[in-house]
Amino acid sequence: MTLERDQVAHVAMLARLGLSDQDLERYREQLDAILAHVDRLQQVDTSRVGETAQIGGLVNAWREDERRECLPVEAALANAPRRRRDHFEVGAIQE
Amino acid sequence: MTPRTVAELGASLRRGETSPAELAAASRGALESLAPLHPVLRYTDELTERQAARAARILAEAPETAGALCGIPFAYKDVLCVEGVETTAGSRILQGYVPPYTGTAVGRLLDAGAVPVAVTNCDEFAMGSSNENSAFGPVGNPWDPSRVPGGSSGGSAAVVAAGAVPFSLGTDTGGSIRQPASFCGVAGFKPTYGRVSRYGLIAFASSLDQIGPFARSVDDVARVFTAMAGHDPRDSTSSPTEVEPVDEQLERGVAGLRLGVPHEYMTEGLEPGVRTAVESALALLEKLGATLEEVSLPSTPAALSTYYIIAPAECSANLARMDGVRFGFHVDRPSLTDSYLETRGQGFGPEVKRRVMLGTYALSSGYYDAYYRKAQKVRTLIAEEFDRAFEKVDALVCPTSPIVAFPKGERSDPLSMYLCDVLTLPVNLAGLPGISVPCGLSEGLPVGLQVIGPRFQDARVLRVAHAYQGATAWHEAPPPPAPGAGSPTS
Amino acid sequence: MTTTSAVSTLEQILARYEPVIGLEVHGQLLTRSKMFCGCSADYIGSPPNSNTCPVCLGLPGVLPVINRVAVEYTVRTALALNCEIPEHSKFDRKNYFYPDLPKGYQISQWDMPLSLNGHLSFTVDGEEVRCGITRVHLEEDTGTLQHAGDILQQARSSVVDLNRAGVPLMEIVGEPDLRSSEQAREYLVRLRQILVYIGVNDGNLEQGSFRCDANISLRRPGETELGVKVEVKNMNSFRAVQRALDFEIVRQGRLLDQGQTIAQETRGWVEAKGATISQRSKEYAHDYRYFPEPDLPPLQLGVDFVERVRAGLPELPQQLIERLQRDHGLSPYDAAVISAEREDARAFEELVASGVPAKAAANWLMGEVARLSRESHTPLQRSGLGVAGLAALVKLVEGGSVNGSTAKELLEELYLPGGDPAAVVRDRGLGQVSDQGELERLVDAVIAENPAAVADFRGGKEQALQRLVGGVMKATRGRADARAVTGLLRDRLSG
Repeated sequence: MTLERDQVAHVAMLARLGLSDQDLERYREQLDAILAHVDRLQQVDTSRVGETAQIGGLVNAWREDERRECLPVEAALANAPRRRRDHFEVGAIQE
Repeated sequence: MTPRTVAELGASLRRGETSPAELAAASRGALESLAPLHPVLRYTDELTERQAARAARILAEAPETAGALCGIPFAYKDVLCVEGVETTAGSRILQGYVPPYTGTAVGRLLDAGAVPVAVTNCDEFAMGSSNENSAFGPVGNPWDPSRVPGGSSGGSAAVVAAGAVPFSLGTDTGGSIRQPASFCGVAGFKPTYGRVSRYGLIAFASSLDQIGPFARSVDDVARVFTAMAGHDPRDSTSSPTEVEPVDEQLERGVAGLRLGVPHEYMTEGLEPGVRTAVESALALLEKLGATLEEVSLPSTPAALSTYYIIAPAECSANLARMDGVRFGFHVDRPSLTDSYLETRGQGFGPEVKRRVMLGTYALSSGYYDAYYRKAQKVRTLIAEEFDRAFEKVDALVCPTSPIVAFPKGERSDPLSMYLCDVLTLPVNLAGLPGISVPCGLSEGLPVGLQVIGPRFQDARVLRVAHAYQGATAWHEAPPPPAPGAGSPTS
Repeated sequence: MTTTSAVSTLEQILARYEPVIGLEVHGQLLTRSKMFCGCSADYIGSPPNSNTCPVCLGLPGVLPVINRVAVEYTVRTALALNCEIPEHSKFDRKNYFYPDLPKGYQISQWDMPLSLNGHLSFTVDGEEVRCGITRVHLEEDTGTLQHAGDILQQARSSVVDLNRAGVPLMEIVGEPDLRSSEQAREYLVRLRQILVYIGVNDGNLEQGSFRCDANISLRRPGETELGVKVEVKNMNSFRAVQRALDFEIVRQGRLLDQGQTIAQETRGWVEAKGATISQRSKEYAHDYRYFPEPDLPPLQLGVDFVERVRAGLPELPQQLIERLQRDHGLSPYDAAVISAEREDARAFEELVASGVPAKAAANWLMGEVARLSRESHTPLQRSGLGVAGLAALVKLVEGGSVNGSTAKELLEELYLPGGDPAAVVRDRGLGQVSDQGELERLVDAVIAENPAAVADFRGGKEQALQRLVGGVMKATRGRADARAVTGLLRDRLSG
């Protein structure tokens, strides 16, 4: 099953990756080839096994409900590319 | 002069022959002379000075409390967060990012008095097998600068191979410690998944990533591992079980151990030179008293596909936080969506974008079952096969990589690059401990022997590797001085 | 059936169509710390971005760690709502981009939530309603956004505050079993009451610790299939929920009458307009790409864990209502009113425990105290007088030391500043006049001084009696025992 251009465009948008038309075509080709290889998985018989989401076999890893020190505001905002006083600022969201 | 080990440097410090600051300066000088190979992205100057002073204090005032790593210089991969030190994951999108916290693994080394000197170059977000995907330029192999050092922890492997530091830290998700160790002729160890905390490691694939050491000797690898390993309440996937003491097991040798050779790993397109070197190593292990037997891991051919669904899927989510809002590279646009698109489109390199898209696709509506869910099931098969093999043998031995270091630019096709890791990535899928140690040369380039153990048998893996090193000298051979690469110093 | 001329009213539409309503409630948990890190969960009033850490900021390299108490509170809620607690559950990543979502994904629960299949029963207009609860699950809250100019659609920029990011959030999904806006409102009232009662949520709609979204569709009575579902958001009070749903019923009904199809969309309630407005859906619909959270091992909650939580479950409103009737003889109505707010129920029980008769305690709480509490914005427990002071005051009345109206005045006077009622009565000589001899003297005097009223009363006007009682009250500056006076007057005048 070939990967179509509009599928790649859709995936790029889901991942918020801005791609030029050229890029789009190049990635389409590469991803198509990778997926062709990856499709081999369909031939593996997995009817008798479940999924491994966690290789560690752990359960119930939790902590007590205790408070710890926060970062000072300056440290929280220190890396902010766009800042308005003590807030992070972003452009027009226009849902 | 041959590069010195942690033990040798430690002894020298305690004899007062040198100081932590001196050792750090020497490493710094050595690293600077490696500039043509470009293994270093930045130096940790302030932190180096502070830690050296601290180590000196400990050695002077309470030497009995000083551990093996006190005062020892090291370098670490650009994916490990250290407070106040620029950390970029080899990516433009994190250029200028300074973490306000230090990760646990590096933190434990700092507590032990180790002295960080430099942050090493790596493939962007640890995605790659050649260190050609760094946004800041590729790394050269000390054995031949026109060739790759392997990846993604190419920088960390190169600086140890060149003798500039006795040990360094890398990370391994599909082979990113072991494969560069193999290409650079050093020891590189990936602990059992969950043995070393991932808190502070810029995540690539959460269920596969582990931090581990490079060093020339397995002995040094063991010391660094011991200093880092153990439960961390900040990492819910870190194991609460006790770390088996490595020291007790390390010197026991391989006599009486049953070592399995996976049939599928010996047929997988091995270069003749690699095959020869590995077969010699296997023969030597037998001479040392181990029994070898062939085992089968039939799902091996499916491992690559499994990995290249699971890892990209997890990374597509892990990298979503690089959006230019709270930190990092940012392209200003009137609309937020355009800002996201441009920031991430320009900030991420091609390999990262490929994997993010691959992962997004594998998780997307309509494809989740066929790709992600399917891959998670095959992962179970792979893990179970290892378990069954370990019912018959104590550890597995095989090549680390089917090939030796290749010329830069040779593997421009993504899939051909992915194939570099066929022998390493199943180990990550099963969460097992694995090490690569040098076992010979093929046309002048290092070949790596891989030892794989059952989960939490890290000590046993180190034991086998240490025994092998005890009977060989490959790990003691520094790379030949290559024109323009600068010479390794001690 | 189509209407040709007049625009149909709500009643007309309800006669033709049956609303099918399902509610989704998000409640912040009253834990000390956030869901996955140690920052405080009590962020209201904190200066912007002063309640964050690397974990809830979503910085590179950080990892979440589950707050055990948040899990307990969710299980507690699920038990209070009669849900099943499966042994195995886990967290998943819900992936989308938004500036208030630092990691670019929310850690939530998708296909293996903490609980399933519960129900909430209640009565509306005498009709019993049993609304199914699909699931109760646990997730993390997002940060908050402020838009320049306050209107999202026109804002050229917005600012992000991550104080709230990571606060534990419980999602309660109700089945579409509700059939009217009244039922919806009552469902929310009861659900909120339960959450406050069991101590997991503070029930504050204005501050957003208790949030509600609705899904509503219409169908013809008797139809089993569901109509097109519209999601309604941004309803910040129970009244808004009811108004918004009624608006939707009318909007959808009118469209259906005209033979049009309902657009499946999300609409926001705009209080100022009294209408829902379509929130223009993004070009790209959300594909959340859920997958199991690799940073968090799954949960395995065995019988021990669940039973321990069940044993610690506080009394539920329904149980309390029954107990108040059974143990204290309150009427169903009084029991319901007293137990509407848990604080009131506690106050009631404290009063009774200190010796105040149940009925008197109930009356005072539901009457004068409720009024004062509302007017002064100060609940009894935080007033100067407090439960202890009220108990003392009511006992003075019950014991005949003061009459009812004096007590009411005292309550008003002492409510906020506090004080010792018995001392005040003593110091100011406010004690009730109840001495038989004294009362007889006063009654005789008022009869003598008001012949017209006496004549009216004897002539059949009941009202006149009150005038005479009033005369005695005036003479005693309100301190006479009004009941006794009334009784004495009747005796005297019936001869």
